[in-house]
Amino acid sequence: MVKSITIKLIILVGLINSYNAFSNVLEKDKDELEKEIKEYINHHVLDSYDFNLLSYTKDDGAKVYVGVPLPVLLWDKGLVVFSSSKLNHGKSIVQVGENYYKLYHNKIYKTDSSGTIFYDKNNHVANKSPVDFSMTKGVVSILLVSILMFVLFRNLAVSYKKNKMMASGIGRFFEPIVLYIRDEIAIPNIGQKKYKKYMSFLLTVFFFIWFCNIIGLTPLGINVTGNIAVTFCLALLTFIITTVSGTKDYWKHIFWMPGMPLPMKIIMAPIELLGVFIKPFTLMIRLYANISAGHIVMMTLISMIFIFRNLIGSSLSFMLAFFISIIEILVALLQAYIFTILSALYFGFAVEEHDH
Amino acid sequence: MEKLINEFSFGLFFWQLLIFVGLIFLLKKFAWKPILDAVNERETYIKEALSSAEKARKEMETLNKENQGIIKKARAEKEALLKEAQQTSSRIVDDAKRQAKEAADKIIRQAHETIEGEKRSAIIELKGKVADISVEMAEKILKSELDNKEKQSKFVQTLLKETNI
Repeated sequence: MVKSITIKLIILVGLINSYNAFSNVLEKDKDELEKEIKEYINHHVLDSYDFNLLSYTKDDGAKVYVGVPLPVLLWDKGLVVFSSSKLNHGKSIVQVGENYYKLYHNKIYKTDSSGTIFYDKNNHVANKSPVDFSMTKGVVSILLVSILMFVLFRNLAVSYKKNKMMASGIGRFFEPIVLYIRDEIAIPNIGQKKYKKYMSFLLTVFFFIWFCNIIGLTPLGINVTGNIAVTFCLALLTFIITTVSGTKDYWKHIFWMPGMPLPMKIIMAPIELLGVFIKPFTLMIRLYANISAGHIVMMTLISMIFIFRNLIGSSLSFMLAFFISIIEILVALLQAYIFTILSALYFGFAVEEHDH
Repeated sequence: MEKLINEFSFGLFFWQLLIFVGLIFLLKKFAWKPILDAVNERETYIKEALSSAEKARKEMETLNKENQGIIKKARAEKEALLKEAQQTSSRIVDDAKRQAKEAADKIIRQAHETIEGEKRSAIIELKGKVADISVEMAEKILKSELDNKEKQSKFVQTLLKETNI
């Protein structure tokens, strides 16, 4: 009962969120509306310093944000900590000691007391930017997903002991998936002998990407796996594990391909070496592009409801948005699967034993 | 590409790396290892249970086969016994019949022989008696008949007629 109420509340908040995002712009002309939507979508795809659920404009024109401010952590010759509410969505200048900080285009810059932003020749911001370790929306989401995963799988692990080797509770739903990753992803790609070492990474990465993708589809407006920093981190880990576990055979196949004529060997070596970096790079780009594209398409379709502002166009956009969101649920799982199976494949290449 | 680099936030990368690597090790210790161990244990348990069931089934089969063999053997033995008993009984009956027949035959033969003997002696006796009676009668008839001549010649004539030469 409590659960279903919570779910209804979340859905309600989401609906209000998407409604309010656009309702305040209904009266503006179309060009301005489209520009605003574009900005809104661009803003959504990026990380943010606050955890906002919804925002609306009051009658007097003041914008009101409903959400939780998050701590901002900067390293500027010492740790600087303040609440993101002080940034006031770029409208205020934060003074900490003798330094002034300002949020400009979703990035914190060091500035003076009047908040001047300098530009260089290429119209880039010339202000200094401190090293930013802020607990942004993305970081909080990552933490939440990690806690959820830990609780979920710890529960599953404990349930085996309690229940005589049988899983119980919600973990029962995830046990077949864990087994699938072991039997269909890890063992066929890495091999029966060595797969155990990589299971922890594969399982964690699969469920992490899947859960992040799924919460990205909720109206909370979280976009973790559609952020290049996150996918870069995941791909980097795959790259590091592949490189560290590469056997002599693996490197030999890269730099001095056996069974090839000498000129071919010389040509192949740089190509193969490039491949070592391209493989994780494609992992990073694929996940990032798929998820952020999904978010952009979804939001565009939803905003089209407000651009059309008539029964046929709006309902068509609604139907499209509905079906795309169903496809996105599939894509969420698919991308997690692809990332995991390709990582397993690369690990498999690295530990493969050839008999010549 | 420039947009991507612009979008790249070092802070987020740092936290993601920290949290994710931490998560991997935490989950490894507290979740994945126990889960995979439990699943493995369960799988070996199931495998063993299955193989032992299979073994038991095979044992049952051989036992069944043995039982079948024993039953078959017993049935054959029973049949043989029955057959033998039947044979014995029929032989006994046959013997008894034969002996009885022999005894009966003997009795009948003896009876026949006795009857024959009696008959013969009776015939002999009867013959003697008939001869005596006929001689006596002939004597009497001849005495009465041969009193007159006419009757004599008539008698001779009839005798002559009866005897064909």
